[in-house]
Amino acid sequence: MDNEIVIKPNKGFLNIGLKELWDYRELAYFFVWRDVKLRYKQTAVGASWAIFQPLVAMLIFTIFFGKFAKVPSDGIPYPVFVYLGLLLWNYFSFGLNHASNSMVGNANIIQKIYFPRLIIPISSSLIGLIDLAVSSLILLGLMFYYHCMPNIIGIIYLPIVIFATFLSSVGLGCFLASVNVKYRDVRYILPFFIQMLMFLTPVIYPLSMLSKKYKWLLIMNPMSGVIETARSVIFGVGSVDLQLLFMSIFISVILFISGIVYFRKTERFFADII
Amino acid sequence: MSKSIIEVIGLSKKYKIFHQGGYFTFRDSFAKYIKNPLSFISDKKSHFSKEDFWVLKDISFKVNQGEVVGLIGRNGAGKTTLLKILSRITYPNAGEVRLRGRVGSLLEVGTGFHGELTGRENIYFNGSILGMKKREIDRKLDEIVAFSGVEKFIDTPVKHFSSGMQVRLAFSVAAHLEPEILLVDEVLAVGDAEFQKKCLGKMKDVSGSGRTIIFVSHNMNAIRTLCSRTVMLEKGRLALDADTETVVSRYLDQNLTIGSSISGVDLESKLEGVIKRGEPSIRLKQIDLLDEDNMPCSTFSSDHGFKICVNYECLKIVNGLRVVIYIVDEENRNLLTTVNVDDQIEVDFYKKEPGVYSSVCHIPANLFGEKRFFVSVHLEYPKVEHLILDRILGFDVVFKGYNSVSAIFKNSFARPRLKWNTVFTERG
Repeated sequence: MDNEIVIKPNKGFLNIGLKELWDYRELAYFFVWRDVKLRYKQTAVGASWAIFQPLVAMLIFTIFFGKFAKVPSDGIPYPVFVYLGLLLWNYFSFGLNHASNSMVGNANIIQKIYFPRLIIPISSSLIGLIDLAVSSLILLGLMFYYHCMPNIIGIIYLPIVIFATFLSSVGLGCFLASVNVKYRDVRYILPFFIQMLMFLTPVIYPLSMLSKKYKWLLIMNPMSGVIETARSVIFGVGSVDLQLLFMSIFISVILFISGIVYFRKTERFFADII
Repeated sequence: MSKSIIEVIGLSKKYKIFHQGGYFTFRDSFAKYIKNPLSFISDKKSHFSKEDFWVLKDISFKVNQGEVVGLIGRNGAGKTTLLKILSRITYPNAGEVRLRGRVGSLLEVGTGFHGELTGRENIYFNGSILGMKKREIDRKLDEIVAFSGVEKFIDTPVKHFSSGMQVRLAFSVAAHLEPEILLVDEVLAVGDAEFQKKCLGKMKDVSGSGRTIIFVSHNMNAIRTLCSRTVMLEKGRLALDADTETVVSRYLDQNLTIGSSISGVDLESKLEGVIKRGEPSIRLKQIDLLDEDNMPCSTFSSDHGFKICVNYECLKIVNGLRVVIYIVDEENRNLLTTVNVDDQIEVDFYKKEPGVYSSVCHIPANLFGEKRFFVSVHLEYPKVEHLILDRILGFDVVFKGYNSVSAIFKNSFARPRLKWNTVFTERG
């Protein structure tokens, strides 16, 4: 018998368990599938919420920041400018929020059945992709309305920035998910944290608005490179700031790896203390 | 093939008991550092008032392929923790386990069931967290649905199912798993008798196909039917590992109280079944054997009746409570069953207000022969709690006979005085 499983106290070497994760890929699919099925049960307008939310947020931001506060937008019409920012930001914050609460939310399953725990935070971030796809359709409509022309060759950057968003939301989400198992405070801190982080991300304003003195702070935020790159290719303005993009990918990868390592290190005790 | 499929070597697991209780919060940790900023250097143990509690201590045993091994022990003996380690939900603090095959575990039926999803959707989700592939579920779907017997409602959200239907659906998903090693915990405690029988049958099929099963149960008859070998745990240690008959009878003997009454901690420690510790609805208080003059007694003369008195408390309004008394023999074979609802008044007072009750069963004179008997008591609040005291008290009956000769034939469990008629029919 070749597939011997040894269960013993954790000592030293850490194994991420990629092979096992791959074996359980269907389970990730089922987690996403279940969430999609459950999401809009017993709601009157159902899946339209996925469209309404960013649309309403866009309207509010356009009125207050675009019209009243006259926030610059790099020559892009403010509504599409902020809508794209919100789109990517929502994907990130949804994944982060969902992943952070995913362990506690699935406590009953964790206490009763074994499977690679990483499946749960990863699938949490995958669920956000569906919303992203739906609200992207609205973006296409808005672009058509405002006569925006994307940079066709630049489109190849889009999968990269979406993947970077995925990595950082899963990484940070895994870290917070395991902290949440021990300290339920996370649940209360998280909304503030996400809100604060949004203002430290060029969602409602362009990066160019800031002076050199504060720019470095935003460059450390992986979402800055993601949103700025996406704006420049989708609206075909300026050229992609490769340095910024590289920084964003680099930090996403660091967040992803450290989040997963921390998660794997602590997950053995989840069932005991959750 | 000399290697055993499951090997448990010196397994130990401890939990820390926090005397403060509750969850950890930043504030607690923070306050600790404020009070004693150097605590993390000086003494790691002074953080909380905490204590190590060994749930499992140095457990070792092996299981060969195709064996069906029972795992018994009182509540808190460590059965569930052992099963959780074997199924990799939690990890040991010392020792190790070697599993040489695919493991499927059923610590609870219906884990991950969601009320808003339909029966079919729940089969898919539940099946996949139990480790089935989508293709596998597609293939077995019809079989699973048929086994559960809820075909008609398969596309209805399960929140509209009765709890019995949910359990049946959940069990049939689990029953169609095909791991090499199956770990089962107490799933048979739920469902009606007929379904329980079906489950036992299914498990027998599974074991017949050469798979290895570890089966935890409080139901000694289920253990007897399924397992050839049984391991008994006692306070986290392995107390006995032998053939089922030996282990089960040792287990049952341990349960027996000398004397005519049981209550308090003694009773509490022997309590089994489906018990909700968090929000109790019913609690057993005391069981007494009394003679006709209400004196405690454990040896009765067959020409006198006696009473079995069950004291219990209802902590909320309880509907349809059943007090069941079984009188069994040395081998735990049932000789007699009697229920409180045999009394019409109990049926009329179906609803019980919170409070303490005493149900007394009157055993008539001239019923038993000269033997040793044992009493098992079940207190059942259907679908909520099911408290079991198995073979809790023993009593002896001394047969008096109905005349100078009949006492010769005393050695029988039931020896009631029946009507005899002898007539002269033909001259010889």
